[in-house]
Amino acid sequence: METSKSQAVQDYEKLVREISPKSAVLYNSVKAFFVGGTICAAAQLLYNFFEGRGFSRDDTGLLVAAVLIAAAVLLTALRIYDRLAKFAGAGTIVPITGFANSIAAPAIEHKKEGMILGLGAKMFVIAGPVIVYGTVTSVIVGLIYYFMK
Amino acid sequence: MNIIFWSFIIGGLMCVLGQILIDLTKLSPAKILVFFVVAGCILGGLGIYERLVDFAGAGATVPLPGFGNLLARGVKRAVDERGLIGVITGGFTAMAGGMTVAIVFGYLAALVSSSGMKD
Repeated sequence: METSKSQAVQDYEKLVREISPKSAVLYNSVKAFFVGGTICAAAQLLYNFFEGRGFSRDDTGLLVAAVLIAAAVLLTALRIYDRLAKFAGAGTIVPITGFANSIAAPAIEHKKEGMILGLGAKMFVIAGPVIVYGTVTSVIVGLIYYFMK
Repeated sequence: MNIIFWSFIIGGLMCVLGQILIDLTKLSPAKILVFFVVAGCILGGLGIYERLVDFAGAGATVPLPGFGNLLARGVKRAVDERGLIGVITGGFTAMAGGMTVAIVFGYLAALVSSSGMKD
């Protein structure tokens, strides 16, 4: 269990090392800028679309996130997202689509290890730490906000 | 139209920051994602991140610091509504919709995909 889990992390890190050769930081940054910027600009078009239909700010945010996540999962299942990531590096990792990819890709990859400890557990190999530290930080923020109000 | 331009610029720059961290430090991408979310949550708690959102829209909300800011906004609102109880409900409530979509779609995608097929 423990060894196969670290294997999944190693696979992910190996993939990203392939994505980002150190010799070409500037070139990688330019690619990340244009791909990441394009994803965000497309998301803004979605915001404008949903807001124009009278959705509240919160609902619009959720709908946009849902569309981006669904699209990223679909592109992951079709093996397109990982190919795009080889080109764009952080441009496809930093947006919320990269987070969705980090959930779908290991779920697909590790299904063969079983539905529970394969698919179910490996799904969170990257997302898990993000949720853990995000939640802990949000509790600290909430406590400080409560006592300073 | 202007906000679409700034979404592109700010969203692109966040990705450049991530790319530089990946290329120039030994930090793994998972650590960088955690760093982005925690940083966004702290900046959101301080009320700084919302200014970037007002100005850059999706360029600020779609990159992962925007996820952290979403948690901070959620916990502050929950504290406003429910007091101390909000501290333990706000973060999860804010991420509920997005996480559910990601988990359900990820699960369905894994169900229909064959894991042996690579490229």
